[in-house]
Amino acid sequence: MSIPSPNRSLAARAEPWLLLLPSIALFATFTHIPIVRTAIDSFHSTPKGARPSRFVGLANYEDMAADPIFWKALINNLVYAIGTIPLSIGLALAMALFVNGRIAGRGLLRMAYFTPTVLPMIAVANIWLFFYTPHYGLLDQIAGLFGFGATNWLGSQATALPAIMVVTVWKEAGFFMIFYLAALQTISPDLKEAAAIEGASDLTVFRRITWPLLMPVTLFILVNAVINAFRMVDHIFILTGGGPDNATNVLLFHLYQVGFKFWDQGYATALTIVLLAILSLMALVQFVAAGRRVHYQ
Amino acid sequence: MHRHAVRDRLASAGAWALGLAWLAPLLYAAWTAFHSAEYATRFDLLAPMTLENFARAWAAAPFPRYFLNTVLIVALIVGAQCILCTLAAYAFARYRFRGRDLVFGLVLLQLMITPDILAVVNYRTMRLIGAVDTIWGIALPYLTSAFGIFLLRQTFLTVPKELDEAARIEGCGSLGVLWRVYVPAARPIYLAYGLVQVSYHWNNFLWPLIITNSVETRPLTVGLSVFSSVDQGIDWSVITAATLITSGPLLIAFLIFQRQFVQSFMRAGIR
Amino acid sequence: MRMSRRTTLAATAALLLGFAGPAAADTTLTFYYPVAVGGPVTKIVDGMVADFEKDNPGIKIKAVYSGSYQDTIAKILTAVKGGDAPSVAVALSTDMFTLIDEDAIVPFDDLVAKDKAATWFKSFYPGFMANSQTGGKTWGIPFQRSTIVLYWNKEAFKEAGLDPEKAPQSWDEMRAMAAKLTKRDAAGAVTQWGVSIPSSGFPYWLFQGLTTPNGAILANDAGTQVAYDKPEVVEALQYWMDLAQKDKVHPPGIVEWGTTPKDFFEKKVAMMWTTTGNLTNVRANAKFDFGVAMLPAKKKRGSPTGGGNFYVFKAASAEQQKAAALFADWMTKPERAAQWSIATGYVAVSPAAFETKAMKDYLAGFPAAGVARDQLEHAVAELSTHDNQRVAKALNDNLQAALTGTKTAAQAMKDAQAEADRILKAYK
Repeated sequence: MSIPSPNRSLAARAEPWLLLLPSIALFATFTHIPIVRTAIDSFHSTPKGARPSRFVGLANYEDMAADPIFWKALINNLVYAIGTIPLSIGLALAMALFVNGRIAGRGLLRMAYFTPTVLPMIAVANIWLFFYTPHYGLLDQIAGLFGFGATNWLGSQATALPAIMVVTVWKEAGFFMIFYLAALQTISPDLKEAAAIEGASDLTVFRRITWPLLMPVTLFILVNAVINAFRMVDHIFILTGGGPDNATNVLLFHLYQVGFKFWDQGYATALTIVLLAILSLMALVQFVAAGRRVHYQ
Repeated sequence: MHRHAVRDRLASAGAWALGLAWLAPLLYAAWTAFHSAEYATRFDLLAPMTLENFARAWAAAPFPRYFLNTVLIVALIVGAQCILCTLAAYAFARYRFRGRDLVFGLVLLQLMITPDILAVVNYRTMRLIGAVDTIWGIALPYLTSAFGIFLLRQTFLTVPKELDEAARIEGCGSLGVLWRVYVPAARPIYLAYGLVQVSYHWNNFLWPLIITNSVETRPLTVGLSVFSSVDQGIDWSVITAATLITSGPLLIAFLIFQRQFVQSFMRAGIR
Repeated sequence: MRMSRRTTLAATAALLLGFAGPAAADTTLTFYYPVAVGGPVTKIVDGMVADFEKDNPGIKIKAVYSGSYQDTIAKILTAVKGGDAPSVAVALSTDMFTLIDEDAIVPFDDLVAKDKAATWFKSFYPGFMANSQTGGKTWGIPFQRSTIVLYWNKEAFKEAGLDPEKAPQSWDEMRAMAAKLTKRDAAGAVTQWGVSIPSSGFPYWLFQGLTTPNGAILANDAGTQVAYDKPEVVEALQYWMDLAQKDKVHPPGIVEWGTTPKDFFEKKVAMMWTTTGNLTNVRANAKFDFGVAMLPAKKKRGSPTGGGNFYVFKAASAEQQKAAALFADWMTKPERAAQWSIATGYVAVSPAAFETKAMKDYLAGFPAAGVARDQLEHAVAELSTHDNQRVAKALNDNLQAALTGTKTAAQAMKDAQAEADRILKAYK
């Protein structure tokens, strides 16, 4: 009866693949094949009307190198990342420590910090656009109480990108707080008590015990924050549209404009490749870091 | 001890100042939305409250339709993800097969490279299959998720082998074991993951913006951006009302289930 | 009785214009129209379509309400590439070159008998036709069009000791009046600006309200060459910059288009430049007496036009194309253009429309609506070239750079010219 039939083993061997099939098909269609396709297309021109796409070698990349907006967007993106990430992470840590301690109204505070995270970025941007409005926006009204005049926050090159960055920090800090909170709750209170008994000050406890234990989660947050810095563009659509004079243009926004406003898809694929390269680099950092962490444990 | 008391009070003050700064924008938005336009820029505690802005916003754009679209999209995506990620995670957690690690690695690639980054090619694919400007077109690239697979695989790995074997002895097939043993064990993870995904896709903007161009398919986020970029200038009271309408359900759900939300994000935070 | 006369008239008109009568079998047209579904405009268009079908048995129109102009062009391009193009659509007049480059549309010249075509095309304001013709062919028929005008707050004029009934007639006058209208508090902070010209999003359009009076045309008819760095253009930009940076009578930096009307209602600005399409909005929300005027003159009067044209698509059959041309003609007849203008606030597209009784009655009750018409004699095409979005962006970016003080006027326009030349190289 029970013949170890090759059929059964074939079925058994096919089983995991059947389970994986739908997911793999979707990943292949919308992630892996598109990556390859993007790479190929970046060497081709944009088809237009009767003119089909043709091989153009590195022309799209040469255009990119000669495109001042690309360089501006890249630099803006770096400034945006450097300006928002340490601040968001620092605030997130402070928030987590506040909420994790004995503080009056903990629940309410935690809610206050976290609420921006659940709001759509588009909605958030609408609210902030109103704040930034010269004269009667909230910011200028507050500034007016102290005798300052109106400021065109989003309409001048010096303040537009910082204004965008403030919105990002406001939205992100509460999100990152959650990870710190989760990590803080895994730190055994015994450790701190032991240190306190030995007479260590709170600051020392934080520096010698808490912070080192928070390192892995900080790294994790850091990688996520960097990725978000290249992916989060929703508010730019509402607040500035990339202006004034590209002062708030970043890579993904530029990619959107080239690909879906100018319909220059050949060039857009070259921009995609740059974005992919940056994100892959981040993936690599996380992978290596995670690997090292496993090694140490 | 005295020094501690002072410091604690300072910390409290700092915490609350930060909290207030974080809440102020929302409170101000609520103020604007509930008062008539002339009070949008003036504070007066005695100013009469009104719901008129909400009525006007609701009437000025097809928000009911946008709500329906968003709910459909979110339901489709989260529903599909729960099923497809479960199946894939099970395969990675409990089967040994050639190429497993390689495939798993390829899957994890999608953690970083989401479909909106590849919008140019994905848009073309959608045009090819006639899915531009459809609900399907918005949802398709998100029907499975590397993160969901990763999270569920981690959870499934913690399920004791003995439970698995016991179920098999009782005559369960592979899917039966998955359904009877693994899925129940991961129930809190499903809840957490579900909440995170609902809020992510409720708020998603760029891909829906690219792939839709009509009222019948647009989700709330895109609808709101269209609504607030009119040629005839902005009426703040109505815009903030529309903004609150858009984020309302999620915000209310969050306020009611705050604890669950926070814990969910702790468990399944990355998006 | 009336009905049948109207029908006869329409039929005669069609014959006169030389349209071949539609075939006996039903011709169905898909018509993309840029408006959000469910608004009041939808009902007006529905009504007009129904009337057209009554007047032209044998032609059926399937109207698709395609949202904003951006949505509409995206939808059209998608449909064209997917082999599912509409037969006829209303899209931005500046999309003409894009549609030609995509090989998507046919000129109206081929759809109408030659001698009649000329009369038809000439019946519209030349300012509108400028955006509808290139290479000796007419690709678009103007339908819902607008232009820029100046709105002023009569109360603020009174407070400043100016004649509340007189808007600035020239650049110098606007500058002088703006100086009087700019109010500062004790600390020197401005509480009311004299004049405001929005510069977010599409500053090139507003800028044309300055370059045109100064005698510059920004692009050639072929859409292959721009004139951003001409001295008149630089001078126009310098004037705009000076208002903010030197005279300090205009808000500094970029002025948000969307909040400009609100600034006006809040009395933060005494004069604003914006579209005629804002007339209804201002009428409803300004809590003070206001006036509407032509843009001030420099060497002459001038303003760009804006808005949408009818286009007929290549993929449609010969019958459909003919029927589409008939539809465009029917929709832009004087009485209908007048009715459309009164209902929506768009500028009626032909001088004949302003001669209709309905329009005359309307203007008698609301003279401000006539300002746009008076300005039309001086109107020019909205900036439109091949690869339009990009060429306009080159100008937008540099205008913003100059207005935010990072470039001089001459440098900004030189850079804009270089970038536009680079983009347009491929089309020469």
